[in-house]
Amino acid sequence: MDTALRMSSARAARAWLTEAKYEFLRLLRTPSFALPTILFPSMFYILFGVLLNGGPPHGYDVAAHLLASYSAFGVMAPGLFGFGVVVAMEREHGLLTLKRALPMPPGAYLLAKMLMAMLFAAIVVMLLMLLAATLGHVRMPPANWIALLITAVLGVLPFCAIGLFIGTRVGAQGAPAVVNLIYLPMSFLSGLWIPLQFLPKFLQQIAPLWPAYHLGQIALSVSGQDGDHRTALHAAVLAGFSLAFFALAQRRLRRAG
Amino acid sequence: MTRQSTRAQLHKVVKRYGAVTALDHVDLQVRRGELLALLGVNGAGKTTAVSLLLGLQRPDEGRVELFDLDPQSLAARRRVGVMLQDAMLQAVLRVDELVRLTSSYYPRPLPLQEVARRAGIEELLPRRYGKLSGGQKRRVQFALAICGDPQLLFLDEPTVGLDHGARTAMWKSLRELVARGCSIVLTTHYLEEAESLADRVAVLSRGRLVAEGSVDEIRAHVAQRRIRCISELNLEMLRGWPEVTQARRDGERLEVVSDEIEAVLRRLLAADPNLRELEVRRAGLAEAFVEITTDAEARTERKEAA
Repeated sequence: MDTALRMSSARAARAWLTEAKYEFLRLLRTPSFALPTILFPSMFYILFGVLLNGGPPHGYDVAAHLLASYSAFGVMAPGLFGFGVVVAMEREHGLLTLKRALPMPPGAYLLAKMLMAMLFAAIVVMLLMLLAATLGHVRMPPANWIALLITAVLGVLPFCAIGLFIGTRVGAQGAPAVVNLIYLPMSFLSGLWIPLQFLPKFLQQIAPLWPAYHLGQIALSVSGQDGDHRTALHAAVLAGFSLAFFALAQRRLRRAG
Repeated sequence: MTRQSTRAQLHKVVKRYGAVTALDHVDLQVRRGELLALLGVNGAGKTTAVSLLLGLQRPDEGRVELFDLDPQSLAARRRVGVMLQDAMLQAVLRVDELVRLTSSYYPRPLPLQEVARRAGIEELLPRRYGKLSGGQKRRVQFALAICGDPQLLFLDEPTVGLDHGARTAMWKSLRELVARGCSIVLTTHYLEEAESLADRVAVLSRGRLVAEGSVDEIRAHVAQRRIRCISELNLEMLRGWPEVTQARRDGERLEVVSDEIEAVLRRLLAADPNLRELEVRRAGLAEAFVEITTDAEARTERKEAA
């Protein structure tokens, strides 16, 4: 075989990074994705965590509590929309087929989107943290801030997998609606908008069914709030969700392409 | 034929979609430095043949090779450039970004400016893909197909939507590529495009390869030739001549089709001393194509009826 046509691993790595960079630029230049993803969690935080926050009536710190649960809410979007809607579009518009015909390094397509989603998650959460530290007067040990950021960046992954699964099943027209139908009710049912203890008993009982609930619990625990501190268990459940949906999507991608 | 000179091949390939056989025992080679035009009406199997060669699909029977390798292997794909008919690229990326992104997949891509020059997109580089016209988008897609300096190029209807000038420019680029030793597989429904560019033509009809050869060889499938001239000879009399297959009048112009054109010509010239503006023409690729595919379809139908 022609050795000149082998690619050095440095060049292959550069191809991955290039793919990720343009995936990020592309979503940054798509206002209908970037603006709601980045701004909605912060807007909610300013509204409910700062402006409508009349002090701690329930015996806990509202500003810190909402920082944790809105972080979980905020990182769902880049995963669900960045994968669900984008993959559905690219599948339908033939871009996925073209990419499959090109010598793109293996996994670059998904890896680029994953890095993009993690970067968006980091931006969303750092913005929330900035608001919490300034306007919300939240005070935590440095380790908690860092742990929350890590939770957010890794916490986007199960939603990438769910998004990917949706993207391989639903057409470009239907994908945004399907994603919203999952995103908004799941956030509510997982106690990310209103703490679970204020929801009906039945909804509290089924909350562990939703991946967002587990992410929310981790976020609360690592930021010193009233999470149940069973972080390892929640992380294992999230990893399970990620693998299951990724495997389902992968099977579908290989078959239908 | 030596293995080096074959860049891609289908070997006794069968591909079915449910009850429909899209390709039926097709053998096809793409050789070094040739432009192979793949012709056929819609649904004849052109797209299936291309997706098998690109490794986008697997054959049900037979073997597909790209540079003697599995078409899905990266090593094979790094020597291949692709322009698909209906791929929508990322609208918000700039043209230079799209070229850089695609170039990053290849081990030895051409410099950006060289790609732009060859595809005629120098002025488009700073613009967003989504803001371009249909013809400009086609040129950008062509740029992405050639940016990796491929040895084999797959072009699916590359000139659809191009104006006359842009089409001529693309033809020129294609000839340059072939002159450098690049092989090209072109699917097109502009027969004049195949006639002007192709070294070899393969005609598919209902999943079967019904003809293969140079443009001249394909044209020779049609024995008939055509006389056009200005003459006042009576149409009914001409139709009475045994050598004449077809005769018709278009204003003062007369058109006669025959398998034995020399004999007809002698009689015509003898019958009308005032005959002017004589033209004799062999059938073009278009006529040959129609005849080959109609014949093939008739044969299939007879077989199915039997």
